[in-house]
Amino acid sequence: MQLSELRGRSQNADRAFRWLAAGAAGIVLVVLALIAITMTDRARPVLGRMGLGFFTQTTWSVPTNTYGALGFLYGTLYTAVIAIAIAVPISFGVALFVTQVAPRWVRRPLVYVIDLLAVVPSVVFGLWGLLVMAPALGLQPSYLAAGIILAIMITPIITSLSREVIETTPVTDKEAAFALGATRWEMITATVWPHSKGGLVGAVMLGLGRAMGETIAATLVIGNTVHVTANPLAPGYSMPTVIANEFGEAEPLHKSALIALAVTLFLITIAVNLAATWIVQRSMRRSRGT
Amino acid sequence: MSAPDLRAKPGWRSVKDRLMTGLMLAAVVAVLVPLAAVLASLAARGGGIALASFPDFFTQEIPRFSRRAGPGMGPAVIGTLLVTATATALAVPLGVLGAIYLHEYGGSGRFARLVRFMATVMTGVPSIVMGLFVYLLWTIRFGFSAFGGALALACLMLPVVIGASEQMLRLVPGHLREASYALGATKSRTILTVVLPAALPGIVSGCLLAVARAAGETAPLLFAVGAAKAFNWSVLHEANTALPSQIFGNALDVPAAQGRAWGAALTLVLLTFLLTLAARLVTGRFALKR
Repeated sequence: MQLSELRGRSQNADRAFRWLAAGAAGIVLVVLALIAITMTDRARPVLGRMGLGFFTQTTWSVPTNTYGALGFLYGTLYTAVIAIAIAVPISFGVALFVTQVAPRWVRRPLVYVIDLLAVVPSVVFGLWGLLVMAPALGLQPSYLAAGIILAIMITPIITSLSREVIETTPVTDKEAAFALGATRWEMITATVWPHSKGGLVGAVMLGLGRAMGETIAATLVIGNTVHVTANPLAPGYSMPTVIANEFGEAEPLHKSALIALAVTLFLITIAVNLAATWIVQRSMRRSRGT
Repeated sequence: MSAPDLRAKPGWRSVKDRLMTGLMLAAVVAVLVPLAAVLASLAARGGGIALASFPDFFTQEIPRFSRRAGPGMGPAVIGTLLVTATATALAVPLGVLGAIYLHEYGGSGRFARLVRFMATVMTGVPSIVMGLFVYLLWTIRFGFSAFGGALALACLMLPVVIGASEQMLRLVPGHLREASYALGATKSRTILTVVLPAALPGIVSGCLLAVARAAGETAPLLFAVGAAKAFNWSVLHEANTALPSQIFGNALDVPAAQGRAWGAALTLVLLTFLLTLAARLVTGRFALKR
């Protein structure tokens, strides 16, 4: 690698290119710093007025300048949990089918088709959920309707990640299980499952992060009224959807409240994503035995 | 490890095995049904308006009064192309250069590790948060324009492009670099004439997938692009519009507007599918030999 440095003539150009590339990489840091600074700065007025009440109250009233985010926090978590509850068994089932059951000629086309789901824009799912799915299932816009749409959207992500994790199961382990006379399902519970548990948890958490940050599809089907209730058929509201609906015509303090919501959402999704990435990487490393 | 009980009754064991395989198949069906249903609705409802009035739907302005049925979506098609192309022009060169720094220069140094970590954080930023950020940074000062939307999309694309490009650079065998150094080339020249061309197909396909995802994003455009109904060919000046914003805006409107939303949805899905297909073709044709 040092050979290049023997030549002096183009050294300046060489160094310039290195700095250019480093600058491009540094943009990531600049953008994130700008996001953190501008957003927290604008969120300060509402936090100064509401204090911790911003996170513990459910009243969100623009005329009285009362901003409590709890109802939106609850809605975000509740829809995400519904989405996960639907998407996880389906994703694991598909991932197992693709890796352990399907004949080779089915595998690739099936993966392609499922990946297509990941490409459909979220607003299209929202439109379809609002005008086709909800009427067909007899659903009003509600937590459940939003949960189902989010589940459809995160299934391809969880599926493709769990597929990658499951594929790292050593063939020798699987063959050993078969040699002992295990059926395919017994082989899966005895070798694939213990081997991939960690990675699968990570895949689910990445899906959770996506479900919580998704805005547009949920906005169209969640119902857009605050209801802190366990009833999945009740209309609800979530953090990204209220931002999308209200920010356009908001007064300064109202804007500040919505930005504070965005900061909260940002912190939660980042925490979930980082935890997920860490879990996936750790389990991948462990399974590779390094 | 939970070992299966191989002494249990063979009949029950094989029944259980088949039951589980059946459930996996059911999961596959559960994924394919929504995809087929979405595509069918798009073809039926969107195809009706977009193709019945071909090519007017793509060339005429959006009706000033949403009650009026019929075409067009021309300004949104142009807006989407402008916004996405500008975002690509911003994010791809920066992202590829950044990846070059990370893999060819930074390696496992402290700065490179920090950038890599922050890029992971940045992929988790919800798109609505990016929308608010760009509103505070750009729109508040310069008003609605296609460029504001492009900024937001570029911020979303950047970490994806960096990640995909770095992965592709990693696949370029070291002996190619060494051969180039042996001929006396400098490092920057080696990167630009040997490493980058070798990794190019993979990078192009990764970027196309990032563009496809970005083209369907709605939330980042909500507060940056505006909702023009007439053609606007300028990137920097005046409000513009885009297909996702039109779908979102028209979804809750009168049936005539919903019809246009379906036509716009079909157009958008075809656009993203084409980009994905192009990505697949590029990968398939020039796949790097590992």
